[in-house]
Amino acid sequence: MSFPPATMPWFAAHEARLMWRDGIAMLTGGYPARRVALLAFVVIVAVLMHLLANAIVSPWLDRGLVPDKPTLVLITGSGFLFWTVMLSQALESVTRAYYSRSDLELILSSPASSRAVFAVRTGITAATTLLLACLLASPVVDILVVHQGPRWLMAYLVLAALAAFSTALAVLITVGLFGIAGPRRTRLVAQIIAAIVGAGFVIGIQAIAILHFGNMSSRLALFSDPQFVAAMPELDHWLWLPAKAALGDWRALTVVVLAGALALVTTIAFAASSFGRNAIAAAGVGHRRAAARHRSVNFRPRSQKQQLRIKEWRLLARDPWLLSQTLMQIFYLVPPALYLWISYGQSAGTYVVVIPVLVMATGQLSGGLSWLAISGEDAHDLVVTAPVPPAAVLQAKIEAVAAVVLVVLAPIIALMMLASVELAAKTAVFAALSSGSATAIQLWFRVPMRRAMFRRRQVASRVSTIAEALSSIFWAGAAVLVAGDQFWIAPLPGTLALVTLAVAYWLSPKGRRD
Amino acid sequence: MPDPALALSIQGLSKSFDRPVIRDLHLQVRAGEFYALLGPNGAGKTTILRMVAGLLQPETGSISVFGTDTRKDPIAAKSIIAWVSDEPMVYDRLTPYEYLEFVAGLWRIEARQAQTRATELIEWLGLGPHAHERCGGFSKGMLQKVALAGALVHEPRLIILDEPLTGLDAGSARQVKQVLLDKVRQGVTVIMTTHILEVAERMAERIGVINHGRLIAEGTLGELRTRVGRETTLEEIFLDLVAQKEMDAGHGVDAAA
Repeated sequence: MSFPPATMPWFAAHEARLMWRDGIAMLTGGYPARRVALLAFVVIVAVLMHLLANAIVSPWLDRGLVPDKPTLVLITGSGFLFWTVMLSQALESVTRAYYSRSDLELILSSPASSRAVFAVRTGITAATTLLLACLLASPVVDILVVHQGPRWLMAYLVLAALAAFSTALAVLITVGLFGIAGPRRTRLVAQIIAAIVGAGFVIGIQAIAILHFGNMSSRLALFSDPQFVAAMPELDHWLWLPAKAALGDWRALTVVVLAGALALVTTIAFAASSFGRNAIAAAGVGHRRAAARHRSVNFRPRSQKQQLRIKEWRLLARDPWLLSQTLMQIFYLVPPALYLWISYGQSAGTYVVVIPVLVMATGQLSGGLSWLAISGEDAHDLVVTAPVPPAAVLQAKIEAVAAVVLVVLAPIIALMMLASVELAAKTAVFAALSSGSATAIQLWFRVPMRRAMFRRRQVASRVSTIAEALSSIFWAGAAVLVAGDQFWIAPLPGTLALVTLAVAYWLSPKGRRD
Repeated sequence: MPDPALALSIQGLSKSFDRPVIRDLHLQVRAGEFYALLGPNGAGKTTILRMVAGLLQPETGSISVFGTDTRKDPIAAKSIIAWVSDEPMVYDRLTPYEYLEFVAGLWRIEARQAQTRATELIEWLGLGPHAHERCGGFSKGMLQKVALAGALVHEPRLIILDEPLTGLDAGSARQVKQVLLDKVRQGVTVIMTTHILEVAERMAERIGVINHGRLIAEGTLGELRTRVGRETTLEEIFLDLVAQKEMDAGHGVDAAA
């Protein structure tokens, strides 16, 4: 089907084609034959996720599910947590719509309407936000459909409305930032807001749980607290409409879906007129030149490795996208740090809950930074043609990453040592294993790319992305078992982590070469 | 046995990607020479230079730079080579001074000496007013000048440039050409690919023409004119040689030089 050129449907078809090809390339790594393997993998993961969801939801359903106030508070509270993650993702996508210069200059320099482009791209942001939400929520919703009937399918419509709300709010925040902070700072501020929104609310709930209940085992403990439930508005309040809609109330569903669609359409109509202007202003930001703070010229005697390390640290410190990519990971270290702070001196056993968070966060942080240092080399030719052995270049880059991870992790480990040197040592060992594994995976899968491609690094290899996540999870599992002195079962996740690494190496370009 | 009097000696070089790109190439460039490598798009010029710079591994054949085999002792070879590509290899978030400090460090240049050279190069290339600004907002010409300064800061004996004048304005192009000629006068060897035949005609002492991965002609401008049998411009000579090669190839005749 073809549409008249430069119309909204034409742009939508163009964007949809690009997204489809991009998605397939990302998932298959450019090898169409892998589609079957990919499908099998998706089916296996989906089955496992549904089994897990069944285990979580079943006891809850056994106690009965009626739209009373505690149920509405629990659904609304957990739904809000979910929505903050959607808002964070939408905010990042919308910011990119303004700052991405890949094809925007071509489109804006054409006689096509920038309003149509904006409308289509905002609609796509809402659609991708919905897709991610559906991927995460579908196991729970599907299990509810199986147990309680097809009325739970309405939850998907509620998710669509939430995606529309989050996209509309993200657009308003971005346009507001252009007005308040200007095009130069909007990207940075939006990233910080996205990170805070994505992690901040979850962390806040955990912080309240830690301070109020003395543990951080359940983020939802607050929503079950009788005092909290009693303080909430009564059943006829609009606040409960999404929860009621998800529970099968048709009238509530109609209101929620219509409100979501109206919010998105109104926002697009409001912001479309300024899109071209703001996007052009954002494009001009790259042409401004940031002056270095220190203007003195003082070359210091340094070895080749020192030069490489210093260069990596400078680039990491000045990377405009790194902040949002790593801030959330660092934010997730706040609850364990808070937990350590309020409970240090108590029994060391309670720290067991903190360790997996630290080990996983360290692995993820190392993976991101390693990609930037090892694959994200803007002057790849320069470094390769320099008279430095390739092994020395890699070693220097790994050292640079390790030093940054150490700076982030060391204060928490030090705090931990105040209560239990043994647990701190165990955590440090497993964090190092997690960090080392993530770095090794990035090393085996390295593909020279521009640093600006950081967010799309998964395109290079989804195997490395999955392997990185799995190894972090398995090392976290092993760490918590060792910390809990369950030595008889600890080798199991440890072995799984090593198997993950072995499989990743075998599948990697380096492994295939060797 | 490699000849140290030759800046570059390539023997029997071959490289394939999906198809053969370089086939049994033999090429020699004398020390202190300005050598231009010409050829139509996809002829294999960049592939040859990337193999010399150590960015690609040849399948067969050998490359030696001032007598050093680039495969047997890559570090020694790299320490006397500078590579400048058409896309400037510059970090957006470093200033020119920080960039030059980094490059000098990679080539193990003593800090004080590197600083003096960097300051001279920055002034020489007219980058002084922007020396403390991050390269992110620089024009293509300024980025190419920063890259060129990086290539010169370690005082290489062989400079390899792939289309260094692409996208430069007349002033910047002139400055870059002047820098290269000055370097040749100082005894440095320069090998450059270009599609701007006028540049090759005016600057190069010898010219090599590549087509389909083979050296189809080589010599001074006068020698090339003699070969085509008429007094004409390099552009005419180039087009004649390439067209002749295509015709020969079409008749199954290998006319490689």
